[in-house]
Amino acid sequence: MVTFEGMEQHRTSSGSSQSPRSPSSSQPFLSVSVTDPVKLGNGVQAYISYRVITKTNCPEYQGPEKIVIRRYSDFVWLRDRLFEKYKGIFIPPLPEKSAVEKFRFSAEFIEMRRQALDVFVNRIAAHHELQQSEDLRTFLQAEEETMERLRSHETGIFKKPSDLMQIFKDVQSKVSDVVLGKEKPVEESDPEYEKLKHYIFELENHLAEAQKHAYRLVKRHRELGQSLSDFGKAVKLLGASEGNALGKAFSELGIKSEILSVKLQKEAQQLLMSFEEPLKDYVRAVQSIKATIAERANAFRRQCELAETMKLKEINLDKLMLIRSDKVAEAEREYHELKAESEQATKTFGTIVKLMNEEIGRFQEQKTLDMGIAFHEFAKGQARLANGIADAWRSLLPKLEACSSS
Amino acid sequence: MMDSENHTSEEHLHPLSSSKEELENLHLHENNEYDPLITKSYSNYRSVMSTLSDSHNHPLSPPSLVSPADSDPLLSPPLNYREFPNPNSTDTSSYIDPPSYADAIFSNFDGETSSNGTDTPTRSSSDGIYFSRSASSNSEYLKITVSNPIKEQENSNSIVPGSSSYVTYLVTTRTNISEFGGSEFGVRRRFKDIVTLSDRLSEAYRGFFIPPRPDKSIVESQVMQKQEFVEQRRVALEKYLRRLADHPVIRKSDEFRVFLQVQGKLPLPTTTDVASRVLDGAAKLPKQLMGDSLIAPSEVVQPAKGGRDLMRLFKELKQSMANDWGSSKPPVVEEDKEFLAKKERISELELQINGASQQAESLVKAQQDMGETMGELGLAFIKLTKFENEEAVLDSQRARAADMKGVATAAVKASRLFRELNSQTVKHLQDTLHEYLGLMLAVHSAFTDRSSALLTVQTLLSELSSLQSRAEKLEAASSKIFGGDKSRIRKLEELQETIRATEDAKNVAIREYERIKEHYF
Repeated sequence: MVTFEGMEQHRTSSGSSQSPRSPSSSQPFLSVSVTDPVKLGNGVQAYISYRVITKTNCPEYQGPEKIVIRRYSDFVWLRDRLFEKYKGIFIPPLPEKSAVEKFRFSAEFIEMRRQALDVFVNRIAAHHELQQSEDLRTFLQAEEETMERLRSHETGIFKKPSDLMQIFKDVQSKVSDVVLGKEKPVEESDPEYEKLKHYIFELENHLAEAQKHAYRLVKRHRELGQSLSDFGKAVKLLGASEGNALGKAFSELGIKSEILSVKLQKEAQQLLMSFEEPLKDYVRAVQSIKATIAERANAFRRQCELAETMKLKEINLDKLMLIRSDKVAEAEREYHELKAESEQATKTFGTIVKLMNEEIGRFQEQKTLDMGIAFHEFAKGQARLANGIADAWRSLLPKLEACSSS
Repeated sequence: MMDSENHTSEEHLHPLSSSKEELENLHLHENNEYDPLITKSYSNYRSVMSTLSDSHNHPLSPPSLVSPADSDPLLSPPLNYREFPNPNSTDTSSYIDPPSYADAIFSNFDGETSSNGTDTPTRSSSDGIYFSRSASSNSEYLKITVSNPIKEQENSNSIVPGSSSYVTYLVTTRTNISEFGGSEFGVRRRFKDIVTLSDRLSEAYRGFFIPPRPDKSIVESQVMQKQEFVEQRRVALEKYLRRLADHPVIRKSDEFRVFLQVQGKLPLPTTTDVASRVLDGAAKLPKQLMGDSLIAPSEVVQPAKGGRDLMRLFKELKQSMANDWGSSKPPVVEEDKEFLAKKERISELELQINGASQQAESLVKAQQDMGETMGELGLAFIKLTKFENEEAVLDSQRARAADMKGVATAAVKASRLFRELNSQTVKHLQDTLHEYLGLMLAVHSAFTDRSSALLTVQTLLSELSSLQSRAEKLEAASSKIFGGDKSRIRKLEELQETIRATEDAKNVAIREYERIKEHYF
């Protein structure tokens, strides 16, 4: 069975390729696995903890192997930190918080979450920039108490700091726009980038629809399985009312139906894990890109604002210098501060643009790979199922023949 | 970029490159058609769509499904499907034999034709239920075909202007049964004639499991397209007549023979008008029970029907109540243990058929849903493919779009196959079970015939005994008076006559009841 782990093996650019199954190479490697979900706590407080096992030969790490216990909110912390620090990079998405299912914590849900978290960390570990993050190291190595402190400190009042910061910034920039006399928010006028934005937003819609149907397909498999099981039982009862060969034929039919029912349920599960989940992951990834797009927009606005403000300050400074005001020194200092900030903002923005361009290529390639595997699994599963069904019915025929000729 | 793939240790995971071939082999139709489309990553989307719609014609008509199955390496070579002969069982304990498993696959099969010959798969599949097929035990056969529907005008002799039109069908019979005095003949019949036949049969063969006739379906004839409706009816008529032909007793009946053989319009004389005949007989019965006039006893034993039959119904109701309340043991009871056991078994069977039928319905629905959702998934991916192709900037996008298209077309195809599967399921499974359910109704009415005949007997018996006790009292009273009382004597004589008549009626009723009992086995 293919899991997500398998595909995260290729990085296009820099050196560090990950091969979690060949730890003895002299190449620097970093491999992580998220395992052993354990339910802790009671009732509303209940949560799942996971074992995170890190194997590495990188000097920055404390040792060749480290095991820590982490919970979902720790992963959220990591994601948020990375989002703040590595603007422009598409941060791998997390599985949904899902406040409702949390209470149920079905085995299926737990396993899917574990798998998604494993993929999450591995993608980070595989990304040539993100893997160098100090926050990642903290996440993988820090003691549980430390992690707890960090986690609560960060999340504090805000559930999703990045999102709220986002809104905050938007408001801020809107306010300053009004102050500066601008009504409309400033946006880039890069046509290619516009195309990309449009693409991303449209893509999310299409993917969401495909994922919806994929999920429904899983349900249909389950329903058909259930229906076949009920049918099998009814047919068996019918056979019991008859006797002899005819009754036997009915019972054979019933047995086959029940066998197929089991196959269908299995395939439903497979479909969920290997087809629907990758599609959901794809949707999440696109949403993560949207967040990066928002970040870029912010950075651009900031750059523009600062540039504007700097110009005004320059004009003001010249004025002051002309009239030889004693405020010149202060104004000059402010001007230089502002200039530095402006340059920083421009640089930040430039970095984001550059990173995004690289990221898009990487993203598309990765997704083609991921979906290729998902489609492959889907087709294989369906073919296997269809064959199984055909075999079952075909093997029934001789038995029926025997009955009708008796 | 597709080739450098995962090198996991899992055995069943092939490198994607070879699995791509496998994927292409999974195609459910000829490979050549789709290979170019898959490998050509930059194919024009529009041409793809048109090719997709072309495949509409492709593997969906049942016969052509054989060819894809043959070329598909995943399927083991198809078994030699032959028409499975029905059991020769002359098991007379039940008229319900297993349905023919003859057309087990979509395609034409080389079948040996059985006694009630099947020409084409579609034709034979319409014969759901066969009654104790006399396959090869005796060489008698009776083959009926219904065809050639023609619209005809009714000659209106009535005052009402304008003539109504109706459809007649050609009923062709081939037989070697001597009673028919001919080997091949055809007559024109309309639906009303079938109704007549059916009514007469159920009257003449009370107690038999008589196959139910096709519905009148007044609503459907309005709603459906004319041709569709006529065709549907033609099929139903053929099925019905064939079932009658299979019934060992009915096939030899006069009513049936007349229907099949006698040329020209079927008459509706008083002798064959069931409704009026019954009414007449029933109307006379109350007088019978009230001791008025002599009536032919055979008319008495017709089932109590019709609005004028109130008196008789009332008496029989009283009797059945007396039976139920067990205040007095009815003179003749349903003592036949064997019959009761069979009845139990049939009830049980009916229950199970009902259950199976319901589950078959939900199975059909589940299959339908599956097909629909698969189709929707396919369409969603088609849209995605189109989108990616239009917006593609990078090669990786185009490659992905190509993959997606493959999945999408497979999904749409699978969806269509599900639809086909479902129509087969409906035809063979659901419809067959429904027919059996319909048959259960016939069984029920047969049971009803029997119990109502019994009730008639019981009523007549108790009537008889009360009449006799009256007669006795009258005799006892009049013997005390010398010379006799003229009026009383006259009354006594009348009473004696009534008693005699009732006796006769009772005897006939008992005979009828016994006759029905016999039929059950």
